Amino acid sequence: METSVLNLPEREYLLPGNRTCAGCGLSIAYRYILKALEGNAIVAVPASCLTVLHGMYPTTSVLIPCVNVAFPSTAASASGLVAGLKALGRTDITVVGFAGDGGTHDIGIQALSGAAERGADFIYICYDNEAYMNTGTQRSSSTPLGAKTATTPVLGKQQHLKDMPRIMEAHSVSYIATACPSYPADLYDKMRKAKTKKGTRYIHISTPCPPGWIFPTKDTVKMGRLAVETGMVTLYEMEDGVFRLTGRSRSVAERGKLKPVGDYIKLQGRFAGISADNLKELQTWVNSRWAGYLKRA
Amino acid sequence: MGTRDCKHISAMASPSIGEAGRTGEWRTSRPVIDHSRCIPVRKNKPSCFLCWLYCPEAVIKRDIPIQIDLTYCKGCGICAEECPSGAITMVAENDYVER
Ligand SMILES: Cc1ncc(C[n+]2csc(CCOP(=O)(O)OP(=O)(O)O)c2C)c(N)n1
Ligand code: SF4
Ligand SMILES: [Mg+2]
Repeated sequence: METSVLNLPEREYLLPGNRTCAGCGLSIAYRYILKALEGNAIVAVPASCLTVLHGMYPTTSVLIPCVNVAFPSTAASASGLVAGLKALGRTDITVVGFAGDGGTHDIGIQALSGAAERGADFIYICYDNEAYMNTGTQRSSSTPLGAKTATTPVLGKQQHLKDMPRIMEAHSVSYIATACPSYPADLYDKMRKAKTKKGTRYIHISTPCPPGWIFPTKDTVKMGRLAVETGMVTLYEMEDGVFRLTGRSRSVAERGKLKPVGDYIKLQGRFAGISADNLKELQTWVNSRWAGYLKRA
Repeated sequence: MGTRDCKHISAMASPSIGEAGRTGEWRTSRPVIDHSRCIPVRKNKPSCFLCWLYCPEAVIKRDIPIQIDLTYCKGCGICAEECPSGAITMVAENDYVER
């Protein structure tokens, strides 16, 4: 049976009244990740908006155990949790390392690379809001070209973003998927699939962020949809090395074409005043990446 | 400090609704629903529920009729934006009058 809004599990593991901003894309994504894990998981979380979501001692807004870990150590901590659970014979519990883009692309990359090379048995999730949001929107290596942040305030960032799933692909891990909370059933299915695999699995979720990207809180879902429809984000999965477009990206590939990148960036304050050169370069970059996906699909 | 089953002292937090307080107080506008326009109500069977699907706060119940927990709803407006039948309207808290 196809996963849909009517048969997604009702039970929530994320409690209302938590600390995320109104309209947070991470919050939507986390609801469906936790539903897919059915509460039977331990997450290792470094400093990030997810720490903020989990809340302040002595209360937490999440119904699964979380270990707060040092910023660069998410994947190392997850590896340790896996080893500890194995020693205790608790093999039914899924271990998840869960970090932001700063905590993945920049600060956590060596621990993640090490764990993936060893094939440590956990799911690593990077939720990508494209900057260091929890500390006030500093640029990361996942910030797209032309986006203004607190540390790229005038011209916007002058480099392209780092393609993290491709770096994980070079580690030959058993499962890689990209997702977006505007497509919860697609995200849920990928999490369910990741759960059945062994070794290191990598899920990359693009999570729109109203205060960091500067758009109205009501537009989070629309922004995720536009990200996919313009090719700024592509939904795909790789099972044991086999690449497949999924969901909306597949339907765009099969019948249709990408919308212009301008449709997406004109709705976000972080791209206000982007230079014509940067905009052109961003479109060229999207086109060539999309052509690459089409060739592989 | 809590004590776990293993009897070791640990700084373990316990789950609680409203960890950040009554986040409904953050709202500047509130979702007001006209149930007569809501698709599951009109069809009288489970359908649509896009507001439930996309609510970042998990404050909407997938029932007929849907229910929104205003104690914790932060008023982001995603439900009103995504509702295909225009059943939810965001009303500024200052303009809202109880009927
Ligand atoms: C070693 C270390 N350096 C810096 C910080 C400060 N810090 C806390 S959260 C954060 C930003 C995290 O960004 P990201 O991983 O993208 O997560 P987001 O906040 O965007 O969700 C920073 C720089 C820290 N806690 N530890
Ligand atoms: S800063 Fe962005 S990612 Fe962080 S809690 Fe707020 S909306 Fe979510
Ligand atoms: Mg970030």
